[in-house]
Amino acid sequence: MTTRRLLPVMLALASMLALPQVLGGYALTLLDYIAVSSLVALGLVVMTGAGGITSFGQAAFVGIGAYASGWWTTSMAGSPFTGLAIGLVLSGATATLLGAATLRLGGHFLPLSTIAWGIAIDYLFGNLEALGSHNGLAAIPPIDIAGISLISERAFSYLAWPILCLAMLLCANLLRSREGRAIRALRGGNALAESLGIDPFATRLRTFVLAALLASLAGWLYAHLQRVVSPTAFDLEAGIEFLLMALLGGAGHVAGAVLGAAVVTLLKDALQSLLPLLTTNSIQLEAVALGALFILILQRARFGLIPLILRFFPRRQPHAIAEASPLPRRSRMRDGSSLLTVEAVSKRFGGLVAVNGISFELRANEILGLLGPNGAGKSTLFDLVSGLASPSGGQIRFLGEDIGRLSTRQLARRGMARSFQHVRLRPGMTLTDNVALGAHGRSRAGFVRGALRLDRAEERSIRFEAARQLARVGLGEKLHARAGSLPLGEQRLLEVARALAADPALILLDEPAAGLRRKEKEALAALIRALRQEGVTVMLVEHDMDFVMNLVDRIIVMDFGVKIAEGKPAEVSTDARVREAYLGVELADEEPLGRDAVETDASGVEAA
Amino acid sequence: MSPAAGRRMSPEIALLLAEDGIANGAIYVLVGLGIVLVFVVTRVIFVPFGDILAYAALTLGALERQRLPGTVWLVLTLAILASGMEIASLWRNKRLRELPRSLALFGALPLLPAAAVALAAGRDLPAAPAIALTLALVLPIGPLLYRIAFRPLADAPVLVLLMVAVALHFAVSGLALFYFGPEGVRTQPLLHATFRLGALILPGQTLIILVACALVCLMLFLIFTRTMGGKALRATAVNRLGARLCGISPSRAGAAAFLLASGLAGISGVIIAPVATLYYDSGFIIGLKAFIGAIIGGLVSYPMAALGAIFVGLLESYAAFWSSAFKEVIVFSALIPILVWRSLAFGHHAPEEDDLAEDIAA
Repeated sequence: MTTRRLLPVMLALASMLALPQVLGGYALTLLDYIAVSSLVALGLVVMTGAGGITSFGQAAFVGIGAYASGWWTTSMAGSPFTGLAIGLVLSGATATLLGAATLRLGGHFLPLSTIAWGIAIDYLFGNLEALGSHNGLAAIPPIDIAGISLISERAFSYLAWPILCLAMLLCANLLRSREGRAIRALRGGNALAESLGIDPFATRLRTFVLAALLASLAGWLYAHLQRVVSPTAFDLEAGIEFLLMALLGGAGHVAGAVLGAAVVTLLKDALQSLLPLLTTNSIQLEAVALGALFILILQRARFGLIPLILRFFPRRQPHAIAEASPLPRRSRMRDGSSLLTVEAVSKRFGGLVAVNGISFELRANEILGLLGPNGAGKSTLFDLVSGLASPSGGQIRFLGEDIGRLSTRQLARRGMARSFQHVRLRPGMTLTDNVALGAHGRSRAGFVRGALRLDRAEERSIRFEAARQLARVGLGEKLHARAGSLPLGEQRLLEVARALAADPALILLDEPAAGLRRKEKEALAALIRALRQEGVTVMLVEHDMDFVMNLVDRIIVMDFGVKIAEGKPAEVSTDARVREAYLGVELADEEPLGRDAVETDASGVEAA
Repeated sequence: MSPAAGRRMSPEIALLLAEDGIANGAIYVLVGLGIVLVFVVTRVIFVPFGDILAYAALTLGALERQRLPGTVWLVLTLAILASGMEIASLWRNKRLRELPRSLALFGALPLLPAAAVALAAGRDLPAAPAIALTLALVLPIGPLLYRIAFRPLADAPVLVLLMVAVALHFAVSGLALFYFGPEGVRTQPLLHATFRLGALILPGQTLIILVACALVCLMLFLIFTRTMGGKALRATAVNRLGARLCGISPSRAGAAAFLLASGLAGISGVIIAPVATLYYDSGFIIGLKAFIGAIIGGLVSYPMAALGAIFVGLLESYAAFWSSAFKEVIVFSALIPILVWRSLAFGHHAPEEDDLAEDIAA
């Protein structure tokens, strides 16, 4: 650890030790509650901030943790530590069930469902007689460690804050690890995650359970700090408050959890002491003020306070990427051996036959172009090959295996990497991180190894590989820039680098030249040519004739779902059927926009 | 969860529960329609809808008891906030010439019903004018909330809008507690008669609920299919950009959707107030149950949302019979299997979240 990273840790440790000694009475109480809330907010930082899964229902998991230990230590006179274990198991199981049921839901359905189960669980607390119904449980004993009772707020803070700091450290490690990158990739949509060999659902579920466990841990602390639990503490309002904390701090940063929790807790406290001076109905206005604050944050500073604070600090110099042992590589294919075989493949959508009995073969170390006018069925064929759709008839074999029913993710694991027509990058992540995502399938460190930093050797190899691939596509100077800051041409190169990081047997490029300027196209073509020299196999779908003609070994031309020509570029471009179907109108044009204009003109002429 | 001891389901009870459930469901239909309407036009999941409903009921209750309803102060506060925001944004964009129109729209217009209610309050009003005043008073709440909370975020992802909506609910219901206090109200029934339909005894109020629900549905149908404004709303719902290119102002469409929603909330509040005691926070739960109905309809189709709402009403009614303590648990838990069924039945893929991508935080 460098001094730069050590310093804040030392500061945090020192204040953690000193603050409880300096502060007294009520301030200590607040300090303890901040630690408890921070734990819940921390789970939301990982889940909502990084993973994009919004939950209004975290308070329910806090409740499960609190009630489990409360019930165990009062009704059953058991130990708080067994109570903690029961709470963790219960909330883990609940989260797994709820997550399995709801985490496939898209968009707003997921957060809405969190409102529903959050309310249902809270009502359950209020109606179970064993849990004291609406009155809850009282006289919960304090935690007792090695004979020392943590009954005083001061003693308690020496338990709560180290737990919080440890949890923050583990979460920060996790977010920097392989699985952390996968969590951050979730926001790019399922198609992106799948194409990288990441299982988006499993990653969501693990993240969701992690956040629930953190909430449950917080609930355990809460029960033994407050010594009383009642259902109102875990209602929807509490759940929203936790979300507010995470967002206010800055949901992308681990430290944001503490900052947000501190600001909200102190603000609520200030409101509680201020409002009674102004009005007699002060309790009601607290919710009003918090609600208004929440709206203001979302309107004015959607990214929270931490980014505003970080603006005043120089950006930390990123670590140089050192040479490391290379990641395992796939055995190379013999040149000319068959890589992908498409046999009489068809795809029907109802009555429409989008792809009709197409056959072709793609051999190792070859660049194959798939061409055709709009609506020819190229994209459908591309989807069939890349696993987004399954064929209605015929067979597709990749490396000798029938892949008709395999998903994109399974194909990615078998060595098929792709780029997207509309670039799919994580704009907030660095180039290195984006490319490292490509190596997801070649590495294996999981949540636990990542959180405990047992993945360092593998992580060095991944980063070294990422840097190598970035240098290969000519972005070696911008390793630590943010992907969103690149112009489109370089973003396409970045996608190629990400694909290369997967050490693929085949790279699929979906209209790689679309939207690029001439210079950018030239750079891309040069890169693809250089890659062929290095033995990479590429299949690309393209509109742009010029781009394809000088680049590929072989072309397949489609029209109305059938193959109308196949061969070397020179042969194909003189084929009469191709000229009629495709080139006749568009031969002279390079720019997509210009071509559209010509198409419109031509149809206009025909109509006339 | 033990079934209520000593109570056995008989055909008569089943019928009674069904009647109760359908009456509740009819309320959820109105609320659900409002929620779907606002969602498709503005992509806002309008959580405070139920709060407006509660405001309507509490306002009517206050008028009946010859008190000044706190809603007047709410409208006043919102109008001042909205006017302030209008002034600030027009000032920044150097379009101060539009100021008089803006102030008339957001400042003066909402104050007309507020003034009328303030004048009428304290007198012994017959039911009809009291209801008319109540509806007029809650009508501006929707558009004002839209102006204050949502319009500045028009292009934000759905999730951010949802979070704003939830926060707004807390602010609005907190204000309701502040203005009206924790006491519940139950207003005078509008119709004392009961009707017999074979074995079925139909209380007048249930009939009013069903008729009102049917009339409102018919009215919405006519608005959406026969009027230019309604068609513009539908166009915005189908394709925001396309509608904009056709000259439909998205913010005006948004305000119109919120206005209609406010009206629906007002009507729902007025017809539910005589059959249930409503508190300052009752609206939220009613709104959530209607949500569940609307979600069954996928938040897009009006007839499906209506059917879903009836289903929720029936479920609630039978759940209350079997285990009144766990009624809410059952109703809210029902959402999860329904969502699972929807996600399995209507496509395995979660919709691409590209447009949500950079939402709440980096």
